Amino acid sequence: MNEMNITAAKYLADNGENIAIEFIVDGKIMHVSVEATGNRHYAEIMRQVDAGELTIEDAD
Amino acid sequence: MALSTIGTNQIASEAVTVPKVADQVLSSRNLIINGAMQVAQRGTSFADLNGYGLDRFGVGSSDDGAITVTQDTTVPSGEGFKNSMKFDVTTADTSLGAAQFYQFFQKIEGQNVAHLMYGTSNAKTITLSFWCRSNKTGTYVTTFMNNAADRFNPNNFTISSANTWEKKTITVTGDQSGTWLTTNGIGMYVIWNLALGSDFDDGTNGTWGASDYGSGGNVNFLDSTDNEFYITGVQMEVGDTVTPFEHRSFSDELQRCMRYYEKSYPYSVAPGTAISYPGNLGITVRGMDEETSGQRYITNTMRVEKRADPANTFYDDAGNAGKVTTFNNAGTGTNNVGIALVVTQPSMIGCGPNNSAIWGFGFFYESDAEL
Repeated sequence: MNEMNITAAKYLADNGENIAIEFIVDGKIMHVSVEATGNRHYAEIMRQVDAGELTIEDAD
Repeated sequence: MALSTIGTNQIASEAVTVPKVADQVLSSRNLIINGAMQVAQRGTSFADLNGYGLDRFGVGSSDDGAITVTQDTTVPSGEGFKNSMKFDVTTADTSLGAAQFYQFFQKIEGQNVAHLMYGTSNAKTITLSFWCRSNKTGTYVTTFMNNAADRFNPNNFTISSANTWEKKTITVTGDQSGTWLTTNGIGMYVIWNLALGSDFDDGTNGTWGASDYGSGGNVNFLDSTDNEFYITGVQMEVGDTVTPFEHRSFSDELQRCMRYYEKSYPYSVAPGTAISYPGNLGITVRGMDEETSGQRYITNTMRVEKRADPANTFYDDAGNAGKVTTFNNAGTGTNNVGIALVVTQPSMIGCGPNNSAIWGFGFFYESDAEL
């Protein structure tokens, strides 16, 4: 199936709580909720994190 | 037939058959969305696509070639279609590796195939039909697969005559084994394999098994830049009888597609297109009176509720992805402003900018909840 080339990821926070992830896939900036368990982008980010292939940077 | 002439003989069960009435009254029998390739919200041409192009149809590949996917107007004559999906090889791969492949697919939501009762003794027979055309004659394979990718049914089909539209019909008995999701996840994959390396040919043609996408002997569509493949009229229905293609209205099909993807741009404008006048932004708020707080954001109800939380791309009016446009008190826009806050749910989308004092901001969006 199709592969996603995710090259960077960073949390966005509101009042100190992570609410979303900003990530770059195939060169395009996208955003997904940290609760988006049924989303294929979120699933792929978490798969890559679990595999040690991607690190989500802390929020500013 | 005049109403007065309709009697017992006309409505007897043996007189009323599916082929006689299917094209008129049996609606929503096609489990495939956008089977006539009408809807193309993302655009109409996709070079070396690895993801979604025309709505609901995705491409997955691992090869050394390249294919451009387009929405085309070449269609079978006399069938009422307006569009097809075209695959045009732009870089050839004449020696496909064992682990290489090129597939396109539609992932059907589990809730939409729950009535097939797959994984139970009541699993229903299904029939897939489609029109296809290619200069590359030979054997191709279509695969039905579950979410866990541990139940496969590969079915070969043959393009017999070059550059000629042919209608293909594949009937598959229901799978009584395996786990088939009936949730908002992937209920069933329907896959067309245009090239398939030898690592994927362990299946048995027309038979359910734990593997594989194919059973061997398929063409390598990637072997020449002369190759083109067209498809339209994709229909999957319950039972062993192929019925005429269910032509749905454009609006109906677009609504179905938007459960998985929508954009705030006008339909004819591809996401990321620069819009010359900032006031044309899909979502805009003004009058924020030099607002600087972290709570400056706006939310918007999406046109169609998504099947799950989407991943979103925000665009400023110059078409920069992941950015918004902000405005000063004179209404002058600043592009390429980053995003500080994102609020999203299956039915709602919103964000806020991360620069300093603003009087307003706006953006377009793409919202993607594809399976």
